[in-house]
Amino acid sequence: MQTPIYLDYAATTPTDPRVVEKMVECLRLDGNWGNPASRSHVFGWRAEEAIEEARRNVADLIAADPREIVWTSGATESDNLAIKGVAHFYQRKGKHIITSKIEHKAVLDTCRQLEREGFEVTYLTPNAHGEITPAAVAEAMRDDTILVSLMHANNEIGVVTDLAAIGAMTREKGVLFHVDAAQTAGKIEIDVNAMNIDLLSISGHKLYGPKGIGVLYVRRKPRVRIEAQMHGGGHERGMRSGTLATHQIVGLGEAARIAKEEMALDQAHSAALRQRLLDAVSDIEEIHVNGDSPKHLPGLLNVSFNYVEGESLIMSLKDLALSSGSACTSASLEPSYVLRALGLSDELAHSSLRMSVGRFSTEEEIDFAAQQIHTAVEKLRELSPLWDMYKDGIDLSTIQWSAH
Amino acid sequence: MAYSEKVLDHYENPRNVGKLDDKSNDVGTGMVGAPACGDVMRLQIQVNGDGIIEDAKFKTYGCGSAIASSSLLTEWVKGKTLDEAAAIKNTEIAEELALPPVKIHCSVLAEDAIKAAVADIKTKRGQEGA
Repeated sequence: MQTPIYLDYAATTPTDPRVVEKMVECLRLDGNWGNPASRSHVFGWRAEEAIEEARRNVADLIAADPREIVWTSGATESDNLAIKGVAHFYQRKGKHIITSKIEHKAVLDTCRQLEREGFEVTYLTPNAHGEITPAAVAEAMRDDTILVSLMHANNEIGVVTDLAAIGAMTREKGVLFHVDAAQTAGKIEIDVNAMNIDLLSISGHKLYGPKGIGVLYVRRKPRVRIEAQMHGGGHERGMRSGTLATHQIVGLGEAARIAKEEMALDQAHSAALRQRLLDAVSDIEEIHVNGDSPKHLPGLLNVSFNYVEGESLIMSLKDLALSSGSACTSASLEPSYVLRALGLSDELAHSSLRMSVGRFSTEEEIDFAAQQIHTAVEKLRELSPLWDMYKDGIDLSTIQWSAH
Repeated sequence: MAYSEKVLDHYENPRNVGKLDDKSNDVGTGMVGAPACGDVMRLQIQVNGDGIIEDAKFKTYGCGSAIASSSLLTEWVKGKTLDEAAAIKNTEIAEELALPPVKIHCSVLAEDAIKAAVADIKTKRGQEGA
């Protein structure tokens, strides 16, 4: 076993060796390096063939038609293209958009930009379990609503949204439905038809593919129109210009093929390890699972250890690669906006750890991680005046703190 | 984030962790910060009849730099008079630990903690404002 142990699959996944092999074929001098847009020679034809095979594999993963797949540089670009593209094309129909407070910044900041352009955005609050409910969406719907944009699963807490129920509603009202599936594509089942999804963002590097490649699914029937954000050679049916990166696309295609084929296996593996980890740490006093919905990603666990500060916890866990919802790790000094939206107290939001496992995680790694967490929490509680006070039966909310 | 060796040393081996009897007339307690801000420091000093700090203990909820700042402070105040201790500046702590700009507030908190502890014992001994 090598340390540090990687427990941050929600941030990025290692590229599957089978994917790497396929990609390298497109980079070699004697390989498939032609421009897929070249129509006049075999170099172009071969590259185009590889692109179309990848397109079919990605389409199959989400039960779409290959002609509905648009290659982008990643989920951030896909989110931008979907939301700005729809807003700009349909603005004469209405200028109201519904999203949630726990979306990825790629969605939130795009919505903020649209607000500056005169659009109105409703940001839904999740319930205490971290769920954005269909009822909340229904309540926010207006006559001038043109788009609902929600994530399939949240990247910090892993809670899964009931897309089918929301999709049925948006379709009935003639409102477009965009889903950010960066955390779920290849991890849990997605059927764009059964779920009535109109646009869907996928990221290559979250499903064991390469970074720098993503997909926007754009429905053909009933037809969804978007205004291009990137203009040029008219690639991807005019929706996203730019020479296609054959090696990246082939990599994502292979990653999608493997993910579909091995989904049941991957799911069982991740779910078992997550449970093993949870079981091994749940005897720690004052542990809280954040986003305790029964519908969650198989491999993601977000927990808070009360009276222990997140950054020092991460510092103690130097043999584990994981992330904290707490302040200082991300240059901003604020606790996670996702955990705050759940209604968590500042203390708990400051003490959170996000651990995510995946295809290459092992039981041995999980056992080691659990033991490290036990030691670290114990050590930091020894040092914590808040723990002392808790043990003395003092209610911390009654103390007049000197905020600084 | 990279920590200086001194921060790491204090974090790995914190000095003078513990609690003194805050009811005692020889003990001054300073508790500063707030859980909402991600750090709370409790610094306690034991002072003899001549006004010399004989012992110091701390507990800190916060990042590595906050723990190191309070640990260092307990080392520094021992043997000092109350006025000498209260004159310790956050910049000295920040410099000793090579804190980056984003962590300067940890040293400020430590300075606030010792000032609060000194004020507490002075109040207890009826030397308020002395």
